[in-house]
Amino acid sequence: MAEPLPRARAYDGLRAYALIVAMWVRSTMAYRTSFLIMAFGNFAVNVLDFVAIALMFSHIDTLGGFTLAEVAFLYGTSGTAFGLADLALGSMERVGRRIRDGTLDTLLVRPVPILAQVAADRFALRRLGRIVQGALLLGWSLTRLDIDWTPDRVVLVPLMLLSGAVIFGAVFVLGGAFQFWAKDASEVQNSFTYGGTTMLQYPPTVFADELLRGVTFVIPLAFVNWLPALYVLGRPNPLGLPGWIGFTAPLVALGCAAVAGLAWRAGLRTYQSTGS
Amino acid sequence: MDGFSDDGFSDDGFSDDGFSDDGFSDDDFIELDGIEKVFEVRRRAGLLRRERREVRAVDGISFRVPRGEMVGYIGPNGAGKSTTIKMLTGILVPSGGRLRVAGIDPSRERTRLARRIGVVFGQRTTLWWDLPLRDSYALVRRMYRIPDDRYRRNLDRCVELLDLGDLLDVPVRQLSLGQRMRGDIAAALLHDPEVLYLDEPTIGLDVVSKAKVRGFLREVNAEHGTTVLLTTHDLTDIEQLCKRVMVIDHGRLVYDGGLDGLHAVGGSERTLVVDLERELPPIEVPGARTVRVEGPRQWLAFPAAASAAPLVAAVADGYPLVDLSVREPEIEDVIARMLFPGSEPEEGAARGAVRSVGPH
Amino acid sequence: MRLYAAVALSGFKRYATYRVATVAGVFTNTVFGFIVAYTYAALWDERPHLGGYDLSQALTFVWLGQALLATVALFGGGFQDELQERIRSGDIAVDLYRPVDLQLWWLASDLGRAAFQLVGRGIVPMVCGALAFELTLPGSPLTWLWFLLSVVLAVCVGFAVRYLVALAAFWLLDGTGLSLMSGLLCMFFSGMVLPLNVFPGRLGEIAEALPWAAMLQVPADVFLGRRHGSAVLGALAFQAGWVVVLFAAGRALQSVATRKVVVQGG
Repeated sequence: MAEPLPRARAYDGLRAYALIVAMWVRSTMAYRTSFLIMAFGNFAVNVLDFVAIALMFSHIDTLGGFTLAEVAFLYGTSGTAFGLADLALGSMERVGRRIRDGTLDTLLVRPVPILAQVAADRFALRRLGRIVQGALLLGWSLTRLDIDWTPDRVVLVPLMLLSGAVIFGAVFVLGGAFQFWAKDASEVQNSFTYGGTTMLQYPPTVFADELLRGVTFVIPLAFVNWLPALYVLGRPNPLGLPGWIGFTAPLVALGCAAVAGLAWRAGLRTYQSTGS
Repeated sequence: MDGFSDDGFSDDGFSDDGFSDDGFSDDDFIELDGIEKVFEVRRRAGLLRRERREVRAVDGISFRVPRGEMVGYIGPNGAGKSTTIKMLTGILVPSGGRLRVAGIDPSRERTRLARRIGVVFGQRTTLWWDLPLRDSYALVRRMYRIPDDRYRRNLDRCVELLDLGDLLDVPVRQLSLGQRMRGDIAAALLHDPEVLYLDEPTIGLDVVSKAKVRGFLREVNAEHGTTVLLTTHDLTDIEQLCKRVMVIDHGRLVYDGGLDGLHAVGGSERTLVVDLERELPPIEVPGARTVRVEGPRQWLAFPAAASAAPLVAAVADGYPLVDLSVREPEIEDVIARMLFPGSEPEEGAARGAVRSVGPH
Repeated sequence: MRLYAAVALSGFKRYATYRVATVAGVFTNTVFGFIVAYTYAALWDERPHLGGYDLSQALTFVWLGQALLATVALFGGGFQDELQERIRSGDIAVDLYRPVDLQLWWLASDLGRAAFQLVGRGIVPMVCGALAFELTLPGSPLTWLWFLLSVVLAVCVGFAVRYLVALAAFWLLDGTGLSLMSGLLCMFFSGMVLPLNVFPGRLGEIAEALPWAAMLQVPADVFLGRRHGSAVLGALAFQAGWVVVLFAAGRALQSVATRKVVVQGG
């Protein structure tokens, strides 16, 4: 498509994203009390998710060889990365609905990139709850873990959160793009987003090798936190991969983003030629 | 806060995208040459087998619309109207033919074209449900990067002409359908689009709102020379707004010309509905024929191009009159007559919109 | 009665038309089934017979949860979104003046949905689970029958809970947050994230007495044969008790809401 320069487009997209997000925040604030109750309630209820894991540890000392603090570290990193992606792009699952009811067309006649508009659709501040919960757990686990904090380990933690968020974000965009072909299939992406973060909360040693290979080499969710975390925690890779592989997470994240971007364009092109 | 000025995206800023003007002139603002749109429809045929079928939604349409013209684009449901509009706005890519709007190929440069067009999708509002109307306009201002003074001028004008003054601070969810449509039309015009596409702008509106919307469109067209293309089911929209009508059927342009011509081609009739004091035998007056009698009410058909005034005078003269009204032919009926000459209007003529008698 | 049967049938048919969505849902249930099954396998490996389940029973519980997730609508959804939207848009005023019972109408339509999803979204994940792991399936046809009855009651409890949540939209305007919270609470206290018999001490006792237990834990225990003889009847009575209480609560809330609509004129 002969559109303006990529950099200008990216800026345009981010600017539009911010504008639309601001509108949704204001819309939410039209029901302020309702929002405050819900934001708190959501946070409290999200905590139950980890409570279930804590309850497991009331019966055991280690799960797959990992202690509660180590599982909390996995939960915190995966939860924070997922929370960031969910906050920014969680509405991608609504693409199919917008195609069905025809409102995607009203977005396509505006002078800003469609991806930005769809991503900002129904932006929900209450999703902050998950990030807060993930960050708190991560913080708690760091106070309980005895980690040899070499500089590369210190750097790897924020790097892992960012790359993880980008990888999950790419999955959200891929899921949105997929709906251009199968507009009722929004639930498939839940397998990889919610399913992914659920899986990554547990130690990799719990799962079968085939599954580990799948999420390392095919859908690289293992790069969200498992591979970097294994290095930080000083544990061997169950597949026998070297520890430094955790440092490739940012590259993998960029690759995922590129694939997702291409898929999105292809999906949009399909929509423009089939109109359904 | 904007690092980029409008210049980067203005019409002249980019010329590296591979299209030349192709002799585009200001006179032909919208150009279609043999535009086609073919959809592939897959249907279940049996348990597992699927049948593929090609549907030619738009089948070789060519027309030109000069700058500043107001055109009615009509046709039966499924004729290809909205497919055409979607191609004109860049939402859909044509399967064949050549298309230019303001010299731009819409599907190749959708977002660039978007700054220069306004679109109102009849029943899909683009306004923000839970926020005051004013907030939706503020978003439009920033999204289209409308300079402050121009924004204020345009908003003031819309507020005045569309009577939005009391509504600006009302959340959109509390607006009536007519108020919301007025709000939507204003939102589509704040950035001074050169062309405005309207899809059923008066559907479901009350009489007052319809009149306001039509008056406003006429004003915008006259003052700013905005090109307007509208689809509608309401013939009165066309009569009051458009000199030119295009009729599309089965993806083909079957008529392109003045409204009079449409009536002449279709030979359509209007209906005078007469309420008498009591039941009487069919009324006999020159220039009309009685098509239906039901108790004291009678329906008289007369040529659409003729004035109703002499007819009304004749009826009032010879019969005990209680009330009367003129019904316009439905667009479907006009088109049906045009496509299938000689067919009787059945009860179609009596289905039309009710309007009070007045000079034409 | 025939009216409600027709409503139920149309609910069934409606969900039957969402073919792609059904396939997508089955896929997701299966993926989750595998993930959770591995974590339970690790847990029961450390503590065999935890909560009175052996490994096979624990894995069966996982796949039952996935098979019933959509049927019982543990995470919410179904009619709930629709009813909330009607309240939000004000269309609900029309419904309230119709000569049908609002609660029964939606219940019938939800039972139709559940019937389809039990077949459409329950069977395939269960079969996948049975192929990949060693599951404990009931041997006696009678157990299957009790299980089905228990599932019907579970759907009714689930419906009643979601009905209450949906009606809250009369006061909240935006019900999404509450729906989400209700869904998460339900996932936790139904046993979906961890079987209730694994909950320690008092927490476990309390959780097993709450209505959410009737939505997954009870049907699963009936399926696993942990309740037999008169204990089955006790389990069903527990579910039926919550159905009665929650339906009454729904009616009370509905009449308050109706008065609100009448006062505000819609």
